[in-house]
Parts: sequence; structure tokens; C-alpha cells
Amino acid sequence: MSDTADVKPKLTKADFSSDQTVRWCPGCGDYSILAQTQKMMPSLNIPRENIVFISGIGCSSRFPYYMNTYGFHTIHGRAPTLATGLKITRPELSVWVATGDGDGLSIGGNHLLHALRRNLDIKILLFNNRIYGLTKGQYSPTSEYGKKTKSSPFGTAEQPINPLEVAIASECTFVARSLDTDSQHLPVILERAARHHGTAFIEIYQNCNIFNDGAFDAFAAKEVRSDRLLVLEHGKPMIFGREKNLGIRLVGLEPEVVTIGKDGVREQDILVHDEKRREPTLAYLLSRMTYPEFPVPMGVFYSATRPCLEDVLEKQATQATASLGAGSLERLLKGGATWTVKE
Amino acid sequence: MTTGTQIEPARPAVQELDEVVIRFAGDSGDGMQLTGSQFADTTALFGNDLATLPDYPAEIRAPAGTLAGVSGYQINFSSHDIRTPGDQPNVLVAMNPAALRTNIDDLEEGGILIVDADAFTDGNLNKAGYKANPLRDGSLGRFRTFEIPLTSLTLKAVSETGLGGRHASRCKNFFALGLVFWMYERPVDHTRAWIEKKFKTNEQILKANTLALQAGYNYADTVEVFTTHYRVKKAVLPAGTYRSMTGNEATANGFIAAALLSGRPLFYGSYPITPASDILHELARHKNYPVKTFQAEDEISAIGAAIGAAYGGALGLTGTSGPGVALKSEAIGLAVMTELPLVIANIQRGGPSTGLPTKTEQADLFQAVLGRNGECPVAVIAPATPAECFYMAIEAFRIATRFMTPVFYLSDGYLANGSEPFRIPDVASLPRFDVTFRTKAEGFQPYARDTETLARPWAIPGTPGLEHRIGGLEKEDVTGNVSYDPLNHEKMVRLRAEKIARIADFIPEVQVNGPPTGQVLVVGWGGTHGAITSAVETAQRQGKAVASIHLRYLNPFPRNLGDVLRRFDKVLVAELNLGQLRALLRARYLVDAQGLNKVQGKPFKVSEIVAAIDRLLGATR
Repeated sequence: MSDTADVKPKLTKADFSSDQTVRWCPGCGDYSILAQTQKMMPSLNIPRENIVFISGIGCSSRFPYYMNTYGFHTIHGRAPTLATGLKITRPELSVWVATGDGDGLSIGGNHLLHALRRNLDIKILLFNNRIYGLTKGQYSPTSEYGKKTKSSPFGTAEQPINPLEVAIASECTFVARSLDTDSQHLPVILERAARHHGTAFIEIYQNCNIFNDGAFDAFAAKEVRSDRLLVLEHGKPMIFGREKNLGIRLVGLEPEVVTIGKDGVREQDILVHDEKRREPTLAYLLSRMTYPEFPVPMGVFYSATRPCLEDVLEKQATQATASLGAGSLERLLKGGATWTVKE
Repeated sequence: MTTGTQIEPARPAVQELDEVVIRFAGDSGDGMQLTGSQFADTTALFGNDLATLPDYPAEIRAPAGTLAGVSGYQINFSSHDIRTPGDQPNVLVAMNPAALRTNIDDLEEGGILIVDADAFTDGNLNKAGYKANPLRDGSLGRFRTFEIPLTSLTLKAVSETGLGGRHASRCKNFFALGLVFWMYERPVDHTRAWIEKKFKTNEQILKANTLALQAGYNYADTVEVFTTHYRVKKAVLPAGTYRSMTGNEATANGFIAAALLSGRPLFYGSYPITPASDILHELARHKNYPVKTFQAEDEISAIGAAIGAAYGGALGLTGTSGPGVALKSEAIGLAVMTELPLVIANIQRGGPSTGLPTKTEQADLFQAVLGRNGECPVAVIAPATPAECFYMAIEAFRIATRFMTPVFYLSDGYLANGSEPFRIPDVASLPRFDVTFRTKAEGFQPYARDTETLARPWAIPGTPGLEHRIGGLEKEDVTGNVSYDPLNHEKMVRLRAEKIARIADFIPEVQVNGPPTGQVLVVGWGGTHGAITSAVETAQRQGKAVASIHLRYLNPFPRNLGDVLRRFDKVLVAELNLGQLRALLRARYLVDAQGLNKVQGKPFKVSEIVAAIDRLLGATR
């Protein structure tokens, strides 16, 4: 990204902490996401001034204030649009979007969909806590069906949507999931997203300890994690469990959980993860796997290579200039049919 | 094609005219906009002054032959300086009964009416709601009517191409155009060249249209239907090189010029909407200029991207019409709060809601000046003529970058689609404006202000040492940190208002057209300039103590506006809304301004303004 970074002293996590007091509720999962991001950033070797964090509205969207980079806390749901305009005009910048389940999938759903399909080289972090936190506890588009909240005292009557399915359906070229407090997994996924050339979308399960505490405990709590999470690794069989004896097998188009060594199941019967398959069918199938029927997959679901919007636009401009010559005021004004009136 | 296009000047019956208004009217699928604009282009090249008024339905192809589907294009051309497309056509070309029915009331007594006789079938008459054939019932006796079988003549003319029925008859607009070219001594060359370029990939259509055009011209030349040629001499325009430009073309070119003059790239975020889309089309094809266009998923995204681009140091622009502005309001507030330069071009149309998408109106002034949550001031400017769109587009960015503020650029459907001769300026005469970014890290404060303009520094990402965070939450004075402090909020609200007010020091004073004092001052803004000026000059020629001013700057107003208003007994504010500018003037200057208001989706007629002036003059006696 930059040659000049070499001559400067290597940045540290502290270099990415701004002077602003962090104002999330104590115990919020956002603290951990912030810490992991600040910790990962130096590894990218990108000068701070070339990094921009853009957010919408919501708890997650306070994120830019705490990153000692350029930051823009915009309006509800619209962060991807600002990121788009910035990236098109300043392709050399590293542009990150911090959003939430309400910001990104409700009020900003349209923008998220289109940002994902355009494949700009931007990174979108969606903090999914399955609740509206900043407005104090209404259900969100990812809240589970029937959930009782302040705005659904008798339970929601709405089918939730799954962020990863939205990303895959929107032709996103990098789709991943991680967990706020997983200090091993999250930085790895963040760094992989940063190094992906194209739009990278990460759903981060994030606990809101005030309005939706323990939302992911059933499968992500430390004591049950190894049996109920499936950590995806490219080219590796989908094996999980404390004993490393559980796996995913495909029967027709349906996945099923099997135990290796039981009923004749062998390790080679287990589905092997391939994030680079041309068709995202496998990624979609994995994204549909939910607890308790299945372990919840974490990691990179899908990763593809496709031209970036800003690169194509640059190329078009270069080609047009090569074939037509660079524009000038004189040429602009005298374009089209002209006639002259003499004195 | 070897038949001559040269004009035979020696024909006996040549009548010299000073000014002619022609209206072409037909089905929206008949190509009337094309016919009209081709006539306009040729007329411009011929050297007449001209003004045009395209008038088309919102439906692309309403059911053929119906009143709703009628599309019209009016052009006024003359041997002298003109400012409007004309109150009343002298010539009406009606391609079917529906076009006749919807336009005949506008044709002057004794005017020339050309109709396609083939189109007056029972079915078409019925669709137009005619109980009897107007060509037969004597109702057109007031006009010089020419019934010409345009369709069958066209079919005959193009038969050699082998083109089939419907495709062949669609060439009839070129036949009609050829005919009118002959009547007004205009060569077919420019249109023929245009056809050759436009249809170069379809030889059959190219040939058919060329044949139809020439056949129309020859028909008029050889068949002695028309006894008279009409001659409108070249206008005496100021010396210079000219081209014909619509307001939208001038707007787009002005924005590109702003990029070239400031040395900053232009970014245009837009969502297609009538009547603004042509700006997107025009900008999108200038890829060899420092211009990037982005067709967004919606209006909000269009402005969001423009703000993102402005944040990165580009000239951020979004363009739309009133309904789109409604969607952009919250984002405009963000640009006000973050004090970023941004231009919002609103090509106004009839409202509210979807309203009259293809018709003109000036009813978004309140929306531009006031239409946001909170105390949210922005600069508002408006071009007065199609050609002036070029200069005001540059002006919009000059103000936006100098004051670090959003600027509304209010055009309208009339300006957008109307065209007139545009005198190409000397490039060196255009105002270059410097854009400076903050680069010095030492002492940097995101919300420190320029003492003169109150603008904050433009500190763009990529600048080492200036890493900072901005956003829509209230800013602490100087530091730009988030602040909920009550007194700070009031201070910032007042600072943002003061910054806009100070723009008045950087814009020209308003010029009075006419005597500095008098009985009636007509005040206008935007696309009504031509009609108002023509009306006021008519009144002045009649010895009346009348003057006019035209406001290009609507927020803030020019410094001398209050003084000018008070020097006249009566103030008449003429606008295509129910009195929005009038309300702003009354509130600001406590003047008892009267209104001339029209909301029909049509521009003012000169006669309507003359009558309103006379009414006010009568009342002052």
C-alpha cells in the first residue's frame, strides 16, 4: 500500500487508539472488537493517514471515534454510500465501514446490498447483536422470531434475515464470520479481509450485555464453543467437537452432523471446506446452518476474485483519455456544432 | 442523394418576418422532440436568435393517438434578440387529431396549420374526442390550414428502401421537418449529417429518414401548396463563436469547467430522475476529463457518495429533482454539520410528490432554503437562462469550496430542456478558483475558522498528522469533538448561520433592469427571466415607470436587495409557485410585495406579466 511506511518506525496498537474516551457500556462486545482491530492494524503496514473508518448510526457506529485514523460518523444506514464516493475518488485509501444489524440491514439495507455487489475494495464490519442498543432495546432485523423486546412485548412476528445470506446473494467477493471476544480468530479474519482485493464483509457476533445479554452463549460461550462452533478452514474437512470426532457430511443437498467412527463414517466422508469454489453454493449452505441443529460455522465462507469498481472506472478513464486525448476547457466549450458571428 | 438543398432566393413570394414561433405536435412516439430540436439546431447554425420549449408527457409512449400522449416542441426564432419561446405559435404542425385538439387553442388567429391528413381517421378522431372531423366542419376557418397526406407521402418516398409499414411511416417526422425547412429557407444539410451519424449502424433506417427529409423539402418546393416562403434574417448577435446548448448541457459543462478551473476532480452521484437525467448522461460521456460519475442505487446513496467524495477532496456533486431532494435532506444536514463543500443541483419540476415530472415549476425554493431538520442553512443560487447555467454551475462550486458549505443550484425543467445560442467564452476569462487543503499538522484544529469566511479547513484523508474524526453529532467549537454542551450548541448554530450570511460579501449586487426608482419593480428568479425581462421592456417602451430585478442568489440575498426593493412604490414577485420568494422577501425586508403566481407546469407568457404590471399600475393611480 505504501513504500514510505518502511522508513517510519513500525506502528503499534497504541498508535491506533484515539484520544477520545470510549463510551460503550462496560462489558460491551464492541470493546473487544475495537481492541482486536487496533491490534491487527499495524500488521497491514498502511500509514494511519491512509486509513478511513466510516460508520452510520448505532452503538457500532461510534467505532471511528476511537480509531486514531481518519473517521467519519455519518447518518443512519448510509456509511456504505460515503465509503463508495470516497473509494471511487481516492482508490489509494484503505476504507473501512463499521455498521450494525439495524444500521446495515434495516435502514441501510439497500446501500449494503449495492455496496456488496459493486465490489469496491472496502471492508465492511457488521456488528450483529440482534437488537437495537442505542435506542434502548427494540428488535432488529436479525432478532430471532418471537423475541420479546420493548417494541415486541408479545414476541416479534417477523422472520429474521441472516447477514451472510444477504452478502452471498449480493455477490460479495469475501464473506466471513467471527466472534467479538475471540481474540485468536477475529484478528485473523480482519487481516484476511484487509488483504482481500474487493469488498470484504465480516459478520461479527457481538454481545449487547444490556439489552440482549448472552445472545450467542448457547453456542459461543467458552465452555460449549468447541462442540457448537465449526471453525472453517480452506481445504480442511469440517470437523469439530471437543473430541474432534464430529463432522459435517453432505447427503444430496442437505448437510448432516455425523460422528466419525460411528455407523461406518470415516474422515474422508466429511465435507471439505472450499472457500474458493466458483459458485457460492457451499457458502450459502454453510450460512444456513444454525444451532442447535448444526454447529455454527465461523471463518471465511467465500472468497472470490473479481475486478473492483474503482479499478474499472480508472481503466475506463485511462482508455478514454488515450483514445480521445485529455479534455481541456477549450475542447469542452467548442464541442458540438458551432457558428461564428462577425463584428 | 443528389437533389439540391440550395435555397432559391429568387422565388417571387417571399415574405420577410422578424420573428416566428413554430410548434411541432404529435404522438410521443412520433419523434416531435427530435424534429423540434433538429429545427432548432439548424436555425441556430443559420444565425437566428432562438429560444425553445419542449413539452412532453411523462409517459414514454402513452396509447397512440390519445390526448395524454401528445408531445410538443415550440421554437421561437428571430432576426433580433429574443428571450422566450413565444407566447403564441404562428405555425402549428399537428401530426394527428389529438395533437390538433390539445394545441389548436394556442395558435394565433390566421396562423398556419399543417396537419397530416392521413391521421384524421375515425379511430384517431374518436381517440381525440372529436365528434366531427374538424377538417370538415369548418371549425378551423380562422387558420390557414394545409392538409397534407404526410404519412402516405412518406411511405411513397421511402418505398425504395424496402422498409415495412410501421417503420416506414415513422419517418414522417423527417418529411414534416423537410417541409418546414423549405418554408423557412433552412437547408437540410445539418439534419442530414445528423441522420448519417445517428443511424450509421442501420443503413435502411438511415436511408429512409434521409429520403423522407428530402422528400418533404422537395414536396414543398415543387407542389405549389405553399404560396409563400418565409424569411427570417440572421439576428444581430454579439460577435463571437456560438453553439446551441440546452440548460442541462450548460449545467453539465459548467460543472466540468469547475473541475478544470479548480484543479480538483468532479464526482457526480445521481439517481435517474426527470428532468435531471441528461446531466448524468452528459457527464458520463466525458471520461477523458477529470470527471467520475456514479449512478447510485437511490437518491440518498447519490448524495452520500458525493459527500464521501467531497470528504476526500473532490468536487462533490449530486443532481436530482424535487422528490430526490426530499430524500437527500438528512444527508444535506450532514454536509452542513461536517462543513464540507457540496453542490446539490435540483432541476425543479411540478410537485408535490411525483407531481408533473416533465413540466416546469419553481416550487422547491422553500425546500432548498428551509427544508431540513434543525437550523440548517445552505447557500442557494439559481441560473436565469439556459446559457447562464454554465456560469452558475461554476459559481456553485466557487462558493461551496470557499465557504466549505453545501450549495443548492436551482434550475428547472424549462431551463433544463430549453436551448438558446451560447456564446463560447474566452477560456482565459473564466474565473479560476483555488482550492486549498490543510497540510500543516502543527496547530491543526478541524473546526478552526477562517476569520473572513468562517470556513473550516478542508483536511482530507491521506494527509499525515491530520487524522481526525467528524460526524453528524454537534461539534465542539474549534476542536470538532462531539459536544452536547448547550452554550456550545447555540454558538455553533449561530456560526453556521453567520457563515452563510457572509457569502453576501462575495457575490455581486443585484442589477436593476430599468430606472433605479419607479412605480413597479418586478422581481423574479430562475427560468422566468426571459418572460419578465421582455414584459418589463414592453412596459418601459410604453413609457411606464417599471423596472425588474432577477435574483441569481437566493440565500443569502445580495447586499443591496433591501434598498432596491424600497425604491419602488410596488413590488411584484412573479414566480411559478404560490409565492415562495415573495414570502422570503416579505419576511426579510418587511415589504408589501404582491405576487404573480402560476402553477400550470408551463412558463409565464410575456402577456401575462404585462397584464399584471398594468393591473398594479392601475392600482397605484
